[in-house]
This record gives sequence, structure tokens and C-alpha cells, in this order.
Amino acid sequence: MLNVGKIEEGFVLDHIKAGKSLDLYDHLQLDKLDCTVAIIKNARSNKMGKKDILKVECDIDMLDLDILAFLDHNITVNVIKNGEIVAKKDLILPREIKNVIKCRNPRCITSIEQGLPHVFFLSDEQKEIYRCKYCEEKYSAPSK
Amino acid sequence: MRHLISPLDFTTEELDRLFDLAASIEREPGRYAHVCEGRILATCFYEPSTRTRLSFESAMIRLGGRVLGFSDAGSSSAAKGESVADTIQVISCYADICAMRHPKEGAATVAAGKSRIPVINAGDGGHHHPTQTLTDLLTIRNLKGRLEHFTIGLCGDLKFGRTVHSLIHALVRYPGIRFLFISPEELRIPDYITEMLREKDIPFEEVIRLDDVLPQLDLLYMTRVQKERFFNEEDYVRLKDFYILTPEKMKLAREDMLVLHPLPRVNEIDVEVDHDPRAAYFRQAQYGVYVRMALIMTLLGLAD
Repeated sequence: MLNVGKIEEGFVLDHIKAGKSLDLYDHLQLDKLDCTVAIIKNARSNKMGKKDILKVECDIDMLDLDILAFLDHNITVNVIKNGEIVAKKDLILPREIKNVIKCRNPRCITSIEQGLPHVFFLSDEQKEIYRCKYCEEKYSAPSK
Repeated sequence: MRHLISPLDFTTEELDRLFDLAASIEREPGRYAHVCEGRILATCFYEPSTRTRLSFESAMIRLGGRVLGFSDAGSSSAAKGESVADTIQVISCYADICAMRHPKEGAATVAAGKSRIPVINAGDGGHHHPTQTLTDLLTIRNLKGRLEHFTIGLCGDLKFGRTVHSLIHALVRYPGIRFLFISPEELRIPDYITEMLREKDIPFEEVIRLDDVLPQLDLLYMTRVQKERFFNEEDYVRLKDFYILTPEKMKLAREDMLVLHPLPRVNEIDVEVDHDPRAAYFRQAQYGVYVRMALIMTLLGLAD
């Protein structure tokens, strides 16, 4: 069993779907931070069987984690101070998402102008519906 | 700086002011014949739309302004691969206001984000065509004397018709509107619109035959039923006559019912109906010029 030590201040993102931690690493732009990051893949979990965990040692105001609410509701965000969990952060759906998902409407201007950022706005918070800023098409996740 | 990208960009109060100005222009065109002197409208049409372009150009010329532009993407720098964002930044140096038509949805939004001059969306694919909606509203307001408390029948292709969708979204902001959707099963109004109407508790009905509901209507908004929308020729032949307005069908309608159509029509309104005083579609095209005049003045800050 692999042991990864405690962090003093920062976040522990737990219950990440197994294999998805690197995607989150990219979306949160952790590569741009000059801090310690532990990526734990395929950790044993009673609840999930297997899960990923991300530990980020940073000032707790440094990261905007709201995008996690869009990416995966099941992720638990533990806020760490002085080596202890001081809070579980509630994730709020972001009003706007930029360059995380792509508009799949072939009639959208983004389909021909490659330089445009893909921007979505939250059009219905209760139903968690995001629409493209340009064509207003509802976002639907690609089928796997 | 204001733009007009979606039909809902203006509040109903702002629309009232715009329509009052359009009515004033209609009454006293001479008073407005020079208000845009020295101003230039750019018509950037990435796809041909003669009627809309000419309506904009007529509006600007009638205000004493001038126009420049292109009428298809092939004759513009888009053919060389220039982005909409770059084009509008250049056009901002040449003109004072821009009307843009583009086959892709959201193109006008992109332009408005980069523009230093007001942008009017003159149609972005199947998405919005706000000046058509303003035209429809002004026509109803002027000929009916009100924008509330009436029953409107929308007939034909209700699935793909963006003018119909925009008009519904604009009309639900007024009280007492009842909608009757008249279309073949294949071209029914999309679910997201009927859901929106249910949520707002706005009465509506969906029917197949125009004859069945004609006597109930204060307004009939006709659209074209295109053959290529049907799965097979048989269905088209069976259904198309339900959606052709003839003098015989007009006998079922009220004396004061108005017939509107965004034009161009093909055969869905018999030319004989043109002589009926209730046929308002050519007057609607005239109102299209007045409302564009009022819009240009408003966006250029010349309305007061």
C-alpha cells in the first residue's frame, strides 16, 4: 500500500472517478501552480471500488474549484488547514465555463472559426443546463 | 454601446419607444429624411438575402445616410479566411453601424464582442432574425392597435421556422396571448417551446388543419411548408393543401383577422388572397423599413 503524506494547507479532492484525476489536473490548471500536487490513481475505495485522489498544497484562496461541480458532482472537496480537515467545500455550478467543453452544434460559428473560445453559460441552475454563448444550443455530453 | 442580437435584447418598454418612433417616421417621413446625414451603414451579408439587405439599405438611405457592404461571402475577405472578429474590427473603421447576416449561428454575437460600432443581427443561420420579429410586432401593433389580448394562429413549418420561434418568445412578454399551432405532425412546434408556454401558463393548442381553427383567429401568421421537410412525397401531397390559404378558406375567418407572412411566399397563400383587405403581408414589408429606420436611429443615439 502506497502512502502519501499529509498536507499542511490546501485541498484534498476525494472520490474522483478512477482514471479521471489527470483530466481534473488539466481543468484546474494545476500545472501552472508552483506547489506540491499528489495524484493518486486507482486507490481502494469501499464506496467506489476504485477512486482517484488529488492533494494540492496551496493557499486555499488560490484555486477556483467551481468547475468541479460541472465536471463531477460526486467529488468531495476537503479543505485542509494545519494538517487537519477544517471544512468540506460546497461546490457551486459556475455561471460560465470557458474552454472546458466544446459546442457540438455543426451550425455554430465555433464550428468554422477555430480561434474562438468555447464559452457556455448556465441557463437553468435547477436542471443544470449550460448553453453555448454563441448559438445557445444546449450542451449535451458526447456519447461514449 | 447597444447592439441588437436577439429579439429579446430590448425590454417591452424599449420596444414601445422604438415602435412609437417607427410610427412617427411613417407619419412624417420628411422630418427624418436627413437625421443620418454623414453616417454610413455597412451591410455585411455572408449569404445572400436580397430582401433583408435592401430593407436595411432603404432604411438608411431614407434617413439620409449612406451604405456600403458585401452581399455574399465570396466577394468578401471571408473567402480568404478572415474571421468575423477581424472583419468587424476593420468595418468599425469604415462605417458607423453594421447589419450582419451570416449562415452560422452566433456570428453576430462574435461580431458584437469585438465591434466598436453597433451591430444589428440581420440573421444568423437558423438562430435569430430579430429585425423580422420587430417587423412582425410593429405590424401587429399598428394594424391591430395592440400587442396584447389576441389569439394568433401560426401555420406551416413550425419546427424549423426561426421567425415563428422568435415571434412566440417576443409575444409571451405581453398579456392575454393565446397560440394555435397549425402544422403537420412532422413539422410540429418544438417541445422546448411548448414546455416554456406550459411553465408560463400561456394557453396554446396544436392542430393539424387550418380550417378547423380559422374562425377563432385574430391573426394568422403563415409560413412556407417545404417539400424537402417531409419524409416522403405521399405525405407532402396529402398534407400540403391543408396549409394553403385560399379565398375559400378566408371566408371562414373573421372580418378583422389579419394575415401575416415573413415572405417570400411560394404557393402557401393563393395570389387571389392578396386582394383581401385582411392580407397584411405587403404592408408588413413596408413596416420592416420603418422599424429598421427607428432601430438605426436608436442604436446611433439619434432617437431623442
